Amino acid sequence: MRLRLVVDLDKCVGCNACAIACKQWNTSGTSGSLTDYRPYGPDPSGVFFNRIRHYETGLYPESKTVHFPMSCMHCEEAACVTVCPTGASYKREEDGIVLVDPEKCMGCNYCAWACPYGARELDREEGIMKKCTLCVDRIYDENLPEDERKPACVMTCPTTARYFGDFDDPFSDVSIASKKREGQELFPELGYKPVNQYLSPRNKVQINQHQVNEPKQVKKVKDWVNKVVEL
Amino acid sequence: MSTKQDKISFKKDAFSKNASTMPKFEDHGNQTQKNTTCYMCACRCGIKVTLENNKIRYIQGEPTHPVNKGVLCAKGNAGIMKQISPARLRQPMMRKPGAERGTSEFVPISWDDALDMLTDRLKKIRETDPKKLAFFTGRDQMQALTGFWAQQFGTINWAAHGGFCSVNMAAAGLYTTGFSFWEFGDPDWDKTKYFMLWGVAEDHASNPMKMGINKLKERGGKFVAINPVRTGYQAVADEWIPIKPGTDAMLALSLVHVLLKNELFDWEFLVRYTNAHYLVVDTPREKGDGLFYRNKKGIPQSWDLDKNKLVNATDAKIKPALLGKYKAPDGTPLKTVFTIMTERYMSDEYIPENASKICGVPAEQIEKIALELAHVAFKESIEVETEWTDWTGRKHDKFIGRPVSMHAMRGISAHSNGFQACRAIHFLQVLLGSVDCPGGHLAKPPYPKHVAPAIKPGKNIVPGQPLESLPLGFPSEPEDLAIDDEGNPLRIDKAYSWEAPIANHGLMHMAITNAVAGDPYEIDTMIFFMANMAWNSTMNTSKIRELLCSKKEDGEYKIPFLVVCDAFDSETVGYADLVIPDTTYLERYDTISVLDRPISEPHAICDSIRAPILEPDRDVRPWQTVLVELASRLKFPEFTTKEGNRKFKDYKDFIINYERQPGIGFLAGWRGENGENSLVGKPNPNQWEKYIENKCFFEYELADNQKYFRGANKDYLEFAKKSGFINSTDPIIIELYSEKLQKFKLAGMGLYDGPQPKKERDQFRLSRFFDPIPEYYIPLEHRCTFSKAYPFYAITQRPMFMYHSWDSQNAWLRQLQAHNYMHMNKEKGEELGIRDLSWVWVESNTGKIKVQVKLMEGCQEDTLWTWNAIGKQKGKWGLSEDANESTKGFLMNHLINEHLPCADTGNPVTNSDPITGQAAWYDLKVNIYPAGDDEQFGVYPNFKADAKLPGSAESPDVLRYNTKKPVRLSRSIFDILTKGGFEK
Repeated sequence: MRLRLVVDLDKCVGCNACAIACKQWNTSGTSGSLTDYRPYGPDPSGVFFNRIRHYETGLYPESKTVHFPMSCMHCEEAACVTVCPTGASYKREEDGIVLVDPEKCMGCNYCAWACPYGARELDREEGIMKKCTLCVDRIYDENLPEDERKPACVMTCPTTARYFGDFDDPFSDVSIASKKREGQELFPELGYKPVNQYLSPRNKVQINQHQVNEPKQVKKVKDWVNKVVEL
Repeated sequence: MSTKQDKISFKKDAFSKNASTMPKFEDHGNQTQKNTTCYMCACRCGIKVTLENNKIRYIQGEPTHPVNKGVLCAKGNAGIMKQISPARLRQPMMRKPGAERGTSEFVPISWDDALDMLTDRLKKIRETDPKKLAFFTGRDQMQALTGFWAQQFGTINWAAHGGFCSVNMAAAGLYTTGFSFWEFGDPDWDKTKYFMLWGVAEDHASNPMKMGINKLKERGGKFVAINPVRTGYQAVADEWIPIKPGTDAMLALSLVHVLLKNELFDWEFLVRYTNAHYLVVDTPREKGDGLFYRNKKGIPQSWDLDKNKLVNATDAKIKPALLGKYKAPDGTPLKTVFTIMTERYMSDEYIPENASKICGVPAEQIEKIALELAHVAFKESIEVETEWTDWTGRKHDKFIGRPVSMHAMRGISAHSNGFQACRAIHFLQVLLGSVDCPGGHLAKPPYPKHVAPAIKPGKNIVPGQPLESLPLGFPSEPEDLAIDDEGNPLRIDKAYSWEAPIANHGLMHMAITNAVAGDPYEIDTMIFFMANMAWNSTMNTSKIRELLCSKKEDGEYKIPFLVVCDAFDSETVGYADLVIPDTTYLERYDTISVLDRPISEPHAICDSIRAPILEPDRDVRPWQTVLVELASRLKFPEFTTKEGNRKFKDYKDFIINYERQPGIGFLAGWRGENGENSLVGKPNPNQWEKYIENKCFFEYELADNQKYFRGANKDYLEFAKKSGFINSTDPIIIELYSEKLQKFKLAGMGLYDGPQPKKERDQFRLSRFFDPIPEYYIPLEHRCTFSKAYPFYAITQRPMFMYHSWDSQNAWLRQLQAHNYMHMNKEKGEELGIRDLSWVWVESNTGKIKVQVKLMEGCQEDTLWTWNAIGKQKGKWGLSEDANESTKGFLMNHLINEHLPCADTGNPVTNSDPITGQAAWYDLKVNIYPAGDDEQFGVYPNFKADAKLPGSAESPDVLRYNTKKPVRLSRSIFDILTKGGFEK
C-alpha cells in the first residue's frame, strides 16, 4: 500500500478547515497533546501538522491568489528518516506512512532541517518531534463507520479539495483524481519522491457568447413588437 | 475488466490486514456521541460531538445533516477552544458601587438578586412607558423569541443585528422576488452552469457556499467573482472582476442594458411571473404619477393584445402587452412597467462604456459577460420532466431552467446604495428568467412570500400592554411608518421614520448615539444581547465608548441602566451595570425555527435544535431561559394563564406548548400528541426527545411538482398556505416595479395623499432615492466627501476561519491570524512611497488610525482593505495585555461615522442606506500616508486594559489539550535493526 493525500488547488479556498480539524483530532490522538505556546498571549504558536500557505502569482489585474495546504508528503526517499540518529523516524513498509516513535525521539531537530517541506513540528514541552500520521489512529480503526476511516482533514474539507487513499489501488479516490487531473509532486527535482500530490488550478472555463445581430445597435423600444403570451 | 466487487475487496483486504497490527488507539467504550447544532457562526451546521472523560474528544460534521452533509469549517472544528475559553463569564455581576461605568469593575451577585433587580426595573418601565426599554440583540439565532418577548413587553425598541449586517439583501429580495440571498434563497448548486458571486467576502454562508463551489467545479461550470479583493472564494474563480466599491448597481444595470439592446430576455417569464406588463400612470409631477392604474376595485390593469382594451393584470388567461403606451378610457396616459425599464436601461447612462468609467470594469468585459449569461440561460437551458400546475390551472409537462445563478452579500449591502444595487442584481436574474427555476436562484421555504410580507411594524405603545404587532415588519406605504402626528420617529433608532422608512431590521448602529442624545427621547434601560456595541459592531468606536459613559448634569448616566448578556468577556461587558452570563452553544437548548431564520434547503423545509452536550461548570444560564423567566415574572399575556399563573415551566416547555396559531409553533417536526404530524399539529410533549433521536434536525422534502416556480405553482402555494407560510394562494408576483417605493417617492415630492415628510432633507432623500425601478447612484458619503482629500475606498472583510465567529478570540484560530494589516495594491503603494510592512496613517473625515500596511497584487487600485474585528481591547477576551490583537491589531470602525459628514449641524442624519437604514460601512473614503520614522511600531488608537473580572479564569501560558493519555505507536527494534534509515 502507498497511502497518500491528493490536494486540489483548483478548489482550495484557504479556509483552514483541514488545519484545525487536524489539530482537533490529533491533540487527543496518538500524537497528543499538540502543545500551544502563549495561546492567549503575544505571537501565539503551536504544533500544527497541516498549514496553509497563501501567495499570489502574476500581476494585477491578472494576478491569481493560491491557497496551498502543506503537510508531510510521506516521501518514498524520506530524508527525515535517513538523518534520524536514533531510528525514531521511520517509513512504514505496510502503507508508506512516515512516523516518529516518540519513545525513541530525542528532539534533535535533524529531521526538521532535512525536510524541504517544513512538515516536522517539534513539541517543545515533550521534547519530541511530531508530524502528520495520515491519521493512522483513524484509518485503521474498524470501530469507526467505514466512511469515517479517513484523515480528519479529508473528512472535514468543505470543498472536497482533499482526497485520501491507496495509490497502489487503481480504483482509489487518489488514483482516479491523480490520473484524471495529472497529479503533480511538489519539488520533484529534490529527489525525495513525495507521495502526496497536488492538482493544479485548471484552465479557465470558457463559455460561448450568445450570438447577436451585428451591428450591435441599441434598439428603439418602438421597433419591438409585442409577443402574445397568455398569462 | 475489474468489477465493482473487486474494487471493494481490494480496498478492504489491504486496510484490514494493517488494522489487525494496530493498537487500540481510541477507547470507544469510554466515549459517547451526541448531536447538536454548531454556533461557531451563523450557518448552523449539524455536528456530532464525541465525549470522553466529560471533555470533548472531537467535533465533526454530521453526515446526514441537510446544511453541511458531514463537512465542517475551521470554526466548527475549533469549538473545543471556545468551550474552554478563559474569557467565559462565570456568574452574574453588577457594577461595583462607586465604580465608573466602562472600567469592568464588578462585584458578583446571585441569580436571584440579578433577576429581582431586572424584574423590578422592567416592571416599572412596562407599567409607565414601555418604549423606555431598548432591547437590541446581536447575531442571535432566536429572533422569533426575542422579538416576541419585546412585543409582549410592549416596547417598540427592539431589533437584531440585521441593520448593520445585511438588511439590504433581505429587503431588496423581499420587496422584489419574495425571497432573497442566503437564508431565504440559494443557487441551485446541483444544476447551475454559470455562477456569479457579487461582493461576498470570505464567507456567508460558510460550508454551503464551499460545498456549492465544489459541485459547480465538478460540473465544469463557470465561476465569476465580482469583488475589489482577490482572497478566499475569489481565488478559485475563473474570472475575477476587481470592481470599485459601491458601483455594483452600475455593473448589474449595464449587463441589463446589453441584454435589452440585444433582445435577450425571457419574455414569457416576464409576462407570467412579474409585474412587467402592469400599466403605470404617466403624469409626471402630478398626484398619482407612477402608481399602477387600477380599476374601481383597486385591481391593477394591463392592456390585452387580443381584446385591445384594459383588463385586470392579475387575471388568468389574459394576453397582456409587455410594451407600449396606452390611454385609459378616462384619458389617463399609461405605459407598461417594461416600457419604463427599457427607457431607463437602454439609455446612454448604462452603456458599457459609461459603466466602465464608474466601475473600473472594461466595457468589452461587461459586453462579454452579458452575452455569456444569455448563452447559458437560453442556449444551454435545462428541463426537469415533471408534470406541474401553475396558479391558473394550466398543466405543464416540465420545468424549464435557465442555469445561471448568483449570490451576493456584504459588498453589495454595506453601501448606502445597496438596496437598489441588490434589486439591480435581482433584475438581471429576472430578465434571464433564472428565478426559482432549475439551475437558477432557488427560494428556501417558508419563502417565497408575497411582496412584501404581510407583517406591519408595531407602533401602538400602551403601558402594561403588548404591542399590537411585532416591532419589526414590512411597510408598504407611508401610512405604515412608525412616526407620530408631527412626523417624528417613534423608535429610538429611528427605524421606519422618514430617515429610514423600510428599515426592516432596525438600525442598531444608531441606538446608543440616539439614546445618549435623547433624540427622539430619553430611555431608561438598554439591554444588549450578544452584541459588541462598544467595539467592532459599532461605527465610530472611540466616540461610542465615550457616549456610553456620558452623564447628565445631575450625574446620572444618559443611558441610566445598561444590561449586557453574553457568554464571554467582550469589550461591551465592561460598560454594563448588570452582566447576565450566558451559556456556550454546547451547554443549552435552542431552536432554529421556521418562524425565524430557518435552515431550510431549497427543496426541503428544515429546522433544528441544540441540546446540551456538557453541563456548565459556571454559574451561568441560557439567555432564553432568562427571557422566559422574566416574561413569566412580568406576566406577559402569552406567558400567563387566564387565572394569572405562570403558563410555561421553562424554555423547553414554552417551545413545546406555545402556538402562534393553532397547530403552528417554534418547531415544525414531530408535532401532534404522538409526534405523528409534520409542520402543523398539536403540541407534542416529547418533541425535544424526538429531535434528539433524529440528530437534532427535522427535514421535510417537497414533492417533485412543488420544487420550482413556487410563486406561481398551484400545488406549492396550497401547501405553503396550509403550512402557515403564506396567507393566500394568490400568485406571488415578482415586483420589478415597486409601487411601494413610488408611494414614498410621491410623499417626498409632496404628491401623496397621506403622510408626507416636513423636513426638506427628508423630502429630498425620498424623492431622490426611492426609485420604483433600481438605478445606480453615488453612495451618500462619497457625495459629500472631498475625493481629493480622501481618494481611497476603505472596506473590511472577515477571514473564513473567523467569519461570524464572534464569541471568543479562539486559541487555535488566533494562531492563524492574531493581528491584521491594512492591505493595498502594490503598484499603488509603491507609487505613494509606502513600503511593505511599514506603518502608515489612515485618515477619514472622522478620525485617524496608525496601522501596518501590506502590499498585494489582488486588490483594486483605489481600495484599501483589512480583516475586521481582529483588533481587540487590551486584556479583553481572556487575552494578555501584550497580545497581538491589541498591540498590532486594529479596527477600521474608528474611521467610520454613524452620521453623514455633510449633514447640517444640529440635524444629523444616519450614515445608512436612505431606504432601509442599512449601515453603510463600506462607503468609507480615506487617505493614507507613511508614518514617521519614530512611529514605526504600535497601533493608534489604543485603549487601556480594564479591571480583571472577579473570579475570572487564568489564561495559561502553555495549553496541552487532550481527553486521554495518548496510545502511542512504537517502532519495533527489529525494524530499526533490519532497516535503520534509508542508508542502512
